[in-house]
Amino acid sequence: MDPGLLAQHVFNGLMLGVIYALVAVGFTLFFGVMDVIKFSHGDVVMLGAFTALAVAAGLTGMGVTSHPLMLLGMLVVALGLMAVVGALLARLLVLPLRGAPAINVLLITLMAGTVIREGVRLFYPQGSNPKPFPRLLPGGTVEIGSFTLRHDSAILFVIGVAAIVGVHLTLARTRLGLAIRAVAQDPETASAMGIPFTATVLATFAIGSALAALAGVVNGLYYSEISFNLGLLLGAIGFSAAVVGGLGNVYGAILGGFLFAALQTIGAVALPFASAYKDVFAFAAVIVLMALRPAGLLAERSAERV
Amino acid sequence: MIAPVWPALVALLVSTAGVLGLLLAEQQWAVIAIVIAAGVAMLMATRMGWDDRIRRSGGTHARTVSGVAVALVIGMTFVLREHNFALLMLCTVLLTIVAGLGLTIQFGHAGVVNFAGAAFFGIGAYAAAVLANKTALPHPLVILAGGACAALIGSVLVLPLLRTRGHYAALITIAFGILFKTFLEVNDALGGPQGLKVPGFVLFGHAFNDPIAIDDETEWSFYLAYAGLSLVIAAAAYVLVRRLERSWIGLAFDAVRLDETAAAAFGVNVAAWKIAAFSIGNFLIGLAGAAYAMMTGFVAPTSFTFGDSLILVSIVILGGLGNALGLVPAALIVVLLPEKLQVIQEYRFLLFALLVIVILLVRPGGLLPRPMRDYSAGESR
Repeated sequence: MDPGLLAQHVFNGLMLGVIYALVAVGFTLFFGVMDVIKFSHGDVVMLGAFTALAVAAGLTGMGVTSHPLMLLGMLVVALGLMAVVGALLARLLVLPLRGAPAINVLLITLMAGTVIREGVRLFYPQGSNPKPFPRLLPGGTVEIGSFTLRHDSAILFVIGVAAIVGVHLTLARTRLGLAIRAVAQDPETASAMGIPFTATVLATFAIGSALAALAGVVNGLYYSEISFNLGLLLGAIGFSAAVVGGLGNVYGAILGGFLFAALQTIGAVALPFASAYKDVFAFAAVIVLMALRPAGLLAERSAERV
Repeated sequence: MIAPVWPALVALLVSTAGVLGLLLAEQQWAVIAIVIAAGVAMLMATRMGWDDRIRRSGGTHARTVSGVAVALVIGMTFVLREHNFALLMLCTVLLTIVAGLGLTIQFGHAGVVNFAGAAFFGIGAYAAAVLANKTALPHPLVILAGGACAALIGSVLVLPLLRTRGHYAALITIAFGILFKTFLEVNDALGGPQGLKVPGFVLFGHAFNDPIAIDDETEWSFYLAYAGLSLVIAAAAYVLVRRLERSWIGLAFDAVRLDETAAAAFGVNVAAWKIAAFSIGNFLIGLAGAAYAMMTGFVAPTSFTFGDSLILVSIVILGGLGNALGLVPAALIVVLLPEKLQVIQEYRFLLFALLVIVILLVRPGGLLPRPMRDYSAGESR
């Protein structure tokens, strides 16, 4: 294959990988502190994107035309609001079901996701149609041979990677990160050591949901279009990535996100059948991977796993 | 003291009347009134301890009560003989119950999660479409083959499912469900997004799609024949699941679900029982899918999405995980209500999701939680 084209596919794959990793990190953080899967996560991604879209419309209505300013406003509102939504979901649906079968938590958050999805479809103006997402990033390109690098994609990639590094630093270096890791390891002991359990859980859900909002905005800016049902597939992909990486392990989720994107890219360009089969290939590969490494690629603890 | 038979019979009669009313109601206020009445009756039954008396009476006189239940459903189809839509709804509810029975064996009894219910339903449906179009196989065998195909294709997932559990196992089935639907959409041989037409069911030369002419003026709905077919399948599946549950096989399933290590220590072959439960469950789901495809005459990938799998799972949890009887009210709520409540048509998924959330919060065991095993009661087994 032509090296330029190859580089193009690799970059597209990396870009997808960043979005997936942002979603997967949320799944794995929630699993870490509560041992639950919050399946409304994909729909929080979607809600974040729609919040940003609403903010953009509002700012345009108020006469703001500066793109960086609009972007800043969108990010602040979407991330902040989704952090609150995430914490609320945890407070109202996940914490009350502590001790109930895991399947109940999975189902109740799935239903919460349905409520969010249907809410956007019904109550956002013309919510059932795909919406154009404003192109707020500079649109130029850099051409190196047959490899075309769009400026906006490069910026999005950097933003995504920065967010992932930020999460890593938060977990590894801050007091909050220490509290999250302690609660993830052993909630009882952490409580005994004076770490507030509920507050830590809520903070974790807030961080994870803010990341979801960021993923939603990045996704919107990258594809220039969002729709109310983008959360279902993105949620399933994020969940797959988190599980393949090993639930509870942040680095596993990041690895899983990039791996899933790689599988999709390989399925689309490198395999003999039509590119429409890329998701079939990627999910089949996930099933095979789970059969080979039932505890995920980077399994740490051995609670639920085999 | 032997529990009297009448509480169960009264409960059956009242619920049949309610369902019949719901099926026939044309005014929105009537539908809403019936729904409210059902909710109040449910609450009263719990508060006043009637539910316990009904359960004991039903357990003691199992045969009589089941016989009456079947007779009542037959009576109901007869009342509805000229109402196409109501009969279609009734058949859909019955076949949904069959699929729910499959899921009940899988994760109600043996604890094997399956978030790809709609995919296995779809496998049965597509298998029926292909076999009925391309082969001369008699149609009852086509439906059985639909179930067999679902069980067979499901066996691909057996190895990864045996090696994982909990959320990891859930992911495998979710991935399979999404994979299956995407595959159907991009595959030309199976009709792609447009799907396939399915010929109607033919039994001993009688085409089920022909209306049943009684005399020159009266014609009974052709769905009457399908209602009979659905009822036979549903009754057989129900008996199978109840028998399995009560037998030593059911005990083995329960042991596997509750504690794999302990079960293995007592000599229960965990892997074998998980495979058995998964395959029997998929067989039932595929069976329901095949019958449904032949009834509606059409299969398309959009009917077998991840969302549809979730609806099946919520039926099983709403009814009370592991309780086959609970599937009946749950399937009625999930299948019938959105169709009848045209007022909420647009908002039905929203309200339905909220309803499930509320039930999970206030009644985590479901509408009819699975009762303890009781071998003492029963006139005969």
